[in-house]
Amino acid sequence: MSTTTVEAPKSTLSQIIAAGTHQRVLAFASLVVLLIGFSLASPNFMQTSNMLAILQATSVNGVLAIAVTLVIITGGIDLSVGTMMTFCAVITGVVLTYAGMPLMLGVVAAVLTGAACGACSGTFVAKMAIPPFIATLGMMLILKGLSLVISGTRPIYFNDTPGFSEISRGSLIGEVFPALPIPNGVLILFIVAAVTAYILNRTVLGRYCFALGSNEESVRLSGVNTDRWKIAIYALAGSIVGIAGLLIASRLNSAQPALGLGYELEAIAAVVIGGTSLSGGRGSILGSLIGALIMAVLTNGLRVLSVAQEWQTVVTGAIIILAVYADMMRRNKTN
Amino acid sequence: MLSRRSLIGALSVTVALASAPAAYAQDEIYIPMISKGFQHQFWQAVKAGADQGAEEFGVRITFEGPDNETMVDRQIDMLAAALANNPAAIGFAALDSQAAIPLLRQASEAGIPIIAFDSGVDSDIPMATATTDNVAAAALAADMMAEFLGGEGTVAVVAHDQTSRTGIDRRDGFLNRMESEYPDIEVVSVQYGAGDQLQSTEVAKAILTANPGLGGMFGTNEGSAIGIVNAVREMGAEGLTIIGYDSGKAQTDAIREGLMAGAITQNPVGIGYETVKAAVAAMNGEELPDIIDTGFYYYDQSNIDDPEIQAVLYD
Repeated sequence: MSTTTVEAPKSTLSQIIAAGTHQRVLAFASLVVLLIGFSLASPNFMQTSNMLAILQATSVNGVLAIAVTLVIITGGIDLSVGTMMTFCAVITGVVLTYAGMPLMLGVVAAVLTGAACGACSGTFVAKMAIPPFIATLGMMLILKGLSLVISGTRPIYFNDTPGFSEISRGSLIGEVFPALPIPNGVLILFIVAAVTAYILNRTVLGRYCFALGSNEESVRLSGVNTDRWKIAIYALAGSIVGIAGLLIASRLNSAQPALGLGYELEAIAAVVIGGTSLSGGRGSILGSLIGALIMAVLTNGLRVLSVAQEWQTVVTGAIIILAVYADMMRRNKTN
Repeated sequence: MLSRRSLIGALSVTVALASAPAAYAQDEIYIPMISKGFQHQFWQAVKAGADQGAEEFGVRITFEGPDNETMVDRQIDMLAAALANNPAAIGFAALDSQAAIPLLRQASEAGIPIIAFDSGVDSDIPMATATTDNVAAAALAADMMAEFLGGEGTVAVVAHDQTSRTGIDRRDGFLNRMESEYPDIEVVSVQYGAGDQLQSTEVAKAILTANPGLGGMFGTNEGSAIGIVNAVREMGAEGLTIIGYDSGKAQTDAIREGLMAGAITQNPVGIGYETVKAAVAAMNGEELPDIIDTGFYYYDQSNIDDPEIQAVLYD
């Protein structure tokens, strides 16, 4: 990681955006190449239903990747997003199924639970100076345990809340354009991406996010309450994880308390493929979105080609290493 | 700056070309099997049976399952990808049957027959379910246990969980048989170790500590049974009759050295084979029974090396 430039917090917004564009073009090109490659290899790949399946498979991982991007840009890491997602889903289950509250309250509960969990992680990192890796590792286990305790280790089903499965499975777009039944889960993914990209690139919070990742000390020395901003960023990431919790619960029509481990690594992989630097200060939401799409296209494509499952995993790992290596080579050149 | 694009491109094209022949052979009969797991030896044995059936009936199968049994959504993604390949039939072992129903319905509306395997789906969509009769298998374990204890004493159960169908059926199959047939045997404790070897070890040790003079223990799956064996080894307990379930190296070793009296084995190879056989029959419009009992055996030191038993054990 010696190649990473430590950007001064003064570095202008336009520079950051310009650097980002470059990565996004690369990642997008890779995605297109993959799509073309798989289409040529199997006539069954490029079907509307399969493309919708890929988008549906991206929705949860994509939202998680967006959340974790924020934390990674600050120079941190969040290992708790997978089990936090489950925890939010379980809380939604408690609110909707056990307490019988209206749908909207379940949605609010998921987002607020995520924000609260994120604020906890942020507090551990900022106020207690625990390294993010350890703080979020702890949170990962705490939330996994709490999900099991609260649910009594049983899945909570949403059969009594008829509209709930529509959050992810229904299709508002399909009602307007019947030829294009894009599931709501995908729509939500894109909305979350757009809003988060706006926050990251156009607001003070976003600017501090990059600044903290580039040079936290100088931000602190210039009189900014870095702890507060850091907690705010973790809380924002947490509330996005809450949305992922809603998506997965809605898709499965149940909150599965044991699920969640392993999802954080896939989200981090998507972020890295999208060109966000693990050393902080650099990254983009669009990149992570494309990274998540690349992962989903790859997994689905290899399955449609009936590649043995052992090899699917090998290929995915190789792609992650290649993507990061190519990105570092490119930065070496531009430096 | 072209490097990543070209590298990924080259790789994907290589992968694509390598597997193109399989993908292009459209006229063959394709049956994807979506399992609960993949890496576990039990599922590999199911796969071996399915491969056997595929060869016999001249169909092509693929066998996939998520990394662990909690990844319900990943299993659904697998089902979606399988549907894209216009399968002739689908074999499906549901992790959570409710979550999979929309896609299963979509498949059945498209006229694709679905055969459930290992555990049932709570719906009438599957045309048949190829599975072990777990209640009867656990009752056989109770009979064997009673025989070893001479019809009296105390026993305990280490079960893998209290929520899954197999967990409930095996526990209740054992308990009900004890209650109805062997009034002088008391079941003093039923505890759960999540099928995890370490967790089951701790659970079994706690039971042994709390119940000195315990006569026997029944472990309801591989992890639970091995947990009991570990606990007995660590505590040096003697005179305990252990009956296990499934196989795996640690369990078969314990049986060979006499630490474990015997175990029930399902027939994972048979589950895979019967699933493919039923799928082919369903494609041809044949009538199928709701439940296809794939059988189970009791094995111990005396018959562990019989070819019939060896064929269904896995390491």
